Amino acid sequence: MTSPVFDRIVEIIAENSDVAPEKMTPDAHVINDLGIDSLDFLDIVFAIDKEFDIKVPVEAWTQEVNAGKAPAEQYFLLGNLASRIEELVAAKPAGA
Amino acid sequence: MRLEYFQMVDRVVSLDAESIAVTCTVPMESPVFEGHFPGHPILPGVLMVETMAQTGGWLLMALNGMARMPFLSKVGEAKFRGFVTPGAELAVRSRRTHDGSGYAVTEAQIEVAGKRVADAEITYRLLPFPDAALEQAMRAQAARLGLPGLA
Repeated sequence: MTSPVFDRIVEIIAENSDVAPEKMTPDAHVINDLGIDSLDFLDIVFAIDKEFDIKVPVEAWTQEVNAGKAPAEQYFLLGNLASRIEELVAAKPAGA
Repeated sequence: MRLEYFQMVDRVVSLDAESIAVTCTVPMESPVFEGHFPGHPILPGVLMVETMAQTGGWLLMALNGMARMPFLSKVGEAKFRGFVTPGAELAVRSRRTHDGSGYAVTEAQIEVAGKRVADAEITYRLLPFPDAALEQAMRAQAARLGLPGLA
């Protein structure tokens, strides 16, 4: 069972890369498993930012991972990415 | 403009929280025009893109206080609507349309005598200056261009 946010992220990735939708399972790592390169990932993040009217904090996530403060899976497994997006959407100020 | 040195912007005219306007004068002579094209000199479209990219780059550097260098990562929807000839005065504007995490998106356009000749959506990665000499050179250029607050 996937969420509407997960399903929309899958659509966005499909629109911005050559990854087949059937590969996009919740436990797929967006870089390591799906092979999305950094430029396509930037397009995907831009599309997610616009779609959900948020600013995905990719830099902060990457810094946390590089500093060993969080596992990469926390942010970059597709299912977890969808959960982080849902949290960001929920944390938006009312009326934003 | 010094085409051979990729110095496209001559002067910053205005800057606000989301946009910048600059001017650029296309030189009367340049080796670029010897090839593009013999007997029919026009500014190459790729240099119009570079001009728009540099304009947006100065905008982003101004907005981030010269903390980061914008590197071109994508050019989208580029259109070239008219020829630009030697001696033309370009009015170039760029507006930040999205401020992302480590990247930004702008819309830019070039006008000559009030007529739009080019526009594009340009995406940049915003990275720490990879070299102190580059940062110093950018600050010197900012002063040359009259970029407010960054001289």
